[in-house]
Amino acid sequence: MNDVSSERPIRVLVAKAGLDGHDRGAKVVAAGLRDAGFEVIYTGLRQTPEMIVEAALQEDVDCIGLSIHSGAHMTIFPRVHELLAAHAAEGILLTGGGIIPAADVRALEDLGVGRLFGPGTPLAEVSDYIREEVRARRGASSGTGS
Amino acid sequence: MLEAGTLKALAEAVRRGDARALARALTVVENDPAGAADLLRALGTAGGARAHRVGVTGPPGVGKSTLVAALAAAWRLLGKRIGILAVDPTSPFSGGALLGDRIRMGALAGDANVFIRSLASRGAYGGLSAAADDAADVLDAAGFDPVVTETVGVGQAEIEIARAADTTVLVLAPGQGDEIQAMKAGLLEVADILVVNQADRRDADRFVHALEAAFDLRAGPRPPILETIASKGEGVGEVREAIDARLRPDAQEAVGTRRLERARRRIRAEVDRRRAETWWAGRGDVLDAAALGVTAGELTVADAAAEFAEGKERDR
Ligand SMILES: Nc1nc2c(ncn2[C@@H]2O[C@H](COP(=O)(O)OP(=O)(O)OP(=O)(O)O)[C@@H](O)[C@H]2O)c(=O)[nH]1
Ligand SMILES: [Mg+2]
Repeated sequence: MNDVSSERPIRVLVAKAGLDGHDRGAKVVAAGLRDAGFEVIYTGLRQTPEMIVEAALQEDVDCIGLSIHSGAHMTIFPRVHELLAAHAAEGILLTGGGIIPAADVRALEDLGVGRLFGPGTPLAEVSDYIREEVRARRGASSGTGS
Repeated sequence: MLEAGTLKALAEAVRRGDARALARALTVVENDPAGAADLLRALGTAGGARAHRVGVTGPPGVGKSTLVAALAAAWRLLGKRIGILAVDPTSPFSGGALLGDRIRMGALAGDANVFIRSLASRGAYGGLSAAADDAADVLDAAGFDPVVTETVGVGQAEIEIARAADTTVLVLAPGQGDEIQAMKAGLLEVADILVVNQADRRDADRFVHALEAAFDLRAGPRPPILETIASKGEGVGEVREAIDARLRPDAQEAVGTRRLERARRRIRAEVDRRRAETWWAGRGDVLDAAALGVTAGELTVADAAAEFAEGKERDR
């Protein structure tokens, strides 16, 4: 009871960004993360960076997980990252997956985007990463009083 | 847990209309009952509810979220600011939840006068309705009116939330024997307004007649039964009007009664929560002992409970 923040469920926004037409993969990830004990807000297809960040802020999530298969990762991830910064919300972990060339992964990680997962990554790996990273971030921000 | 100064600053920011602060405040009421009490006091909601609290409930997949989004759009045309709470069940196995109501609400994105928050039911019966009521208070204090809560009308907790609203809208869809299901679950009784969505389906009229017949067998007034095609926005204006009509001077008494009931129930729940918290503190060992006694067949659950209730519990 005395340290509610450490046990409150981790909230993750899962969105399918970009214009390609199906979201089977994103749904599987969303269901998998639910089964790993997360509260997953799933927003569906064709989400713009503005929609994603607005929803993430309203839902007060710990993490945004983006599924991008349209090749637009080099525009969408930086834009979401930039919008989060503009709202002083860099504390939200930004991660995701898709078919992303290694060089782009490095470039995005240099920007401050979290780990990006290739197709076929076991869900346990993704959920372990999110859990550890969010716990570390919550721990780091609990001393600041905000 | 938040400190008093932080809470006060948070409450002020919520009242100023800071969306980020509002989101944080909702996290507080969802996770920390003691913090929620302090926050609501700081928000100055003691004056009671101002916003019209609308509960939208019904079986899975009938189109509740689609209807809520369409209603919000209709209210936006009247210059209203709408708060939406979308409750979905927590998985009893993992403790996680998949909250998917926003999928149907994409058209409301980018409008600062609509605020949507998804809540997981987290299984706790009293806990869910307390958090949902508190969350509605916070949206109310932030100036949203109406505040609409969507729940799946299957569990008792969800029905309880729907009943707690000023106005309860029950959404059904033709087919699937929904009418029978609804009556079994006691759902029809909670409806102030009944919406038959998916009226584009062939069996819609037959379904409406079946519902009317079901109500004719009952005592008491029949709520308005309205047909919609929420995905096309058809009939939604009429539902919006029927909801708003509940606040007309000649109808207000019903809403006043609901608000009293809600306040009564919330006070009782809060008393129970506080008492349970203090009462069980320090009694864990005795409880363990009593549980051992029960599993060993030495006493019944009722006898063990009676010992506690009469203050005669003992270490065995
Ligand atoms: N044919 C038809 N389909 C509709 C109508 N309204 C909604 N739908 C569709 O019905 C499906 C379910 O809609 P939702 O709004 O998600 O239903 P819901 O009741 O909120 O679902 P849960 O929250 O999962 O219980 C979606 O595919 C909608 O597009 C309608 O009037 N006619
Ligand atoms: Mg829904």
